[in-house]
Amino acid sequence: MIPPAFDYASPKTLSDAVALLSQNEGSKVLAGGHSLIPMLKFRLASPSMLVDINRLEGLSYIREADGWLKIGAMTREVDLERSSLVTDRYPLLADTTHVIADPIVRQMATLGGNLAHGDPANDHPATMLAYGAQVVAVGPNGSRTIPCSEFFTDLFTTALAHDEILTEIQIPIPPAHSGGAYFKMERKVGDYGTAGVAAQVSLDAAGNFARVGLGLTNVGLVPVQAREAEAALTGHAPSDDLLHQAAGLAAAAAQPNGDRRGSEDYKRSLVKTLTMRALRKALARATGGQA
Amino acid sequence: MSTHKITVNVNGTPHTAEVEARLLLVHFIRETLSLTGTHIGCDTTSCGACTVLLDDRPVKSCTVLAVQADGASVTTVEGLAPPTGALHPMQAAFIEQHGLQCGFCTPGMMLTSIALLKHNPHPTEDEIRWGISGNLCRCTGYMNIVKAVQTAAANMAAANEPALAEAGGQNA
Repeated sequence: MIPPAFDYASPKTLSDAVALLSQNEGSKVLAGGHSLIPMLKFRLASPSMLVDINRLEGLSYIREADGWLKIGAMTREVDLERSSLVTDRYPLLADTTHVIADPIVRQMATLGGNLAHGDPANDHPATMLAYGAQVVAVGPNGSRTIPCSEFFTDLFTTALAHDEILTEIQIPIPPAHSGGAYFKMERKVGDYGTAGVAAQVSLDAAGNFARVGLGLTNVGLVPVQAREAEAALTGHAPSDDLLHQAAGLAAAAAQPNGDRRGSEDYKRSLVKTLTMRALRKALARATGGQA
Repeated sequence: MSTHKITVNVNGTPHTAEVEARLLLVHFIRETLSLTGTHIGCDTTSCGACTVLLDDRPVKSCTVLAVQADGASVTTVEGLAPPTGALHPMQAAFIEQHGLQCGFCTPGMMLTSIALLKHNPHPTEDEIRWGISGNLCRCTGYMNIVKAVQTAAANMAAANEPALAEAGGQNA
């Protein structure tokens, strides 16, 4: 398949990239391209211009600073997968990265692109909701910070203005006794998840839930934060009954559509099961276990 | 619709061409350069038949624009061995282990596996299966492909180990 015709620019600086977006109404950012280029071929997108940000310098890094894990938006999934910092200290992010698409796609796919695409079937959005992460966007008037809880506004739609570029993802460095896990059910490698659940928990000195983040993948027009389930857990001691109650609330928060991957009821049931698994594994990691 | 003058080093030879922005890398390789060993399978980033190495990274060339490869190096299956010389150890292992039937997936499978071994020279069977999970084969059931990659890993390690020992074991 041949994409529709478009103009192409490969700016050398971020400000040039922003200016190109501002000056060209139908333009679109090209990051890893592994969602956008297939969409071009299917004529699901017909931008007048692609602004390729792959040659911009300084947008690929993974480092802790000022209480945050800061990740450059053009960091490839494969670089997250191979980062010992991520593997050792951010198991939820490591889990998530490991199940995105397939290993070859992860060579090109970027964290920033995964979020900015605004696809509720993508995996990082739920994970970033669970972490309580935020993103930095740069536009003509400078940069601003957007909490991920306000970032996903509609199907394939985010809080980014047309001429804003997502440049950095910031994940709060978890306190001691924290852990996370991501589980998704997919029909085969490379398929979108039928559903996925991201859990990130922190425990206080008494072993009670101090903070819980729960994000759901592909069960709504936007990635879903299961706030009632989070609230039901926070402040309480982990118990099987409580986890079951929270998993039920997470399933109730899901807004899936029935499709060839399963019925609405099946997907809700799946969210419940995956929430249990994610919470149990997150707890095990928070308490030093690897189960 | 913009056109761009690009120079891509393919299998060690620089090629310069004026291309439309929308030209896919796989079409540049197959149609502009007539290197038809790179196959187009699904054309939707699923099957991995079109995998080539772009600056040593395996990529699905149906999902990269040719203009994105400007200034880069590309390795296709034609670049694995000289026309009259010895086969690459991966090619030899695919023959030895009967790692192909129809052969359609084979170029992508071999290039992905070479990249896998470069990063992880001694993969477990699970790591091989995981590593090639973005390359679909509809003939073999994968058994002999996995064996071929194991054989290539063993042969390449045996060939490399003396050199690595001299270099102090770096990049093992």
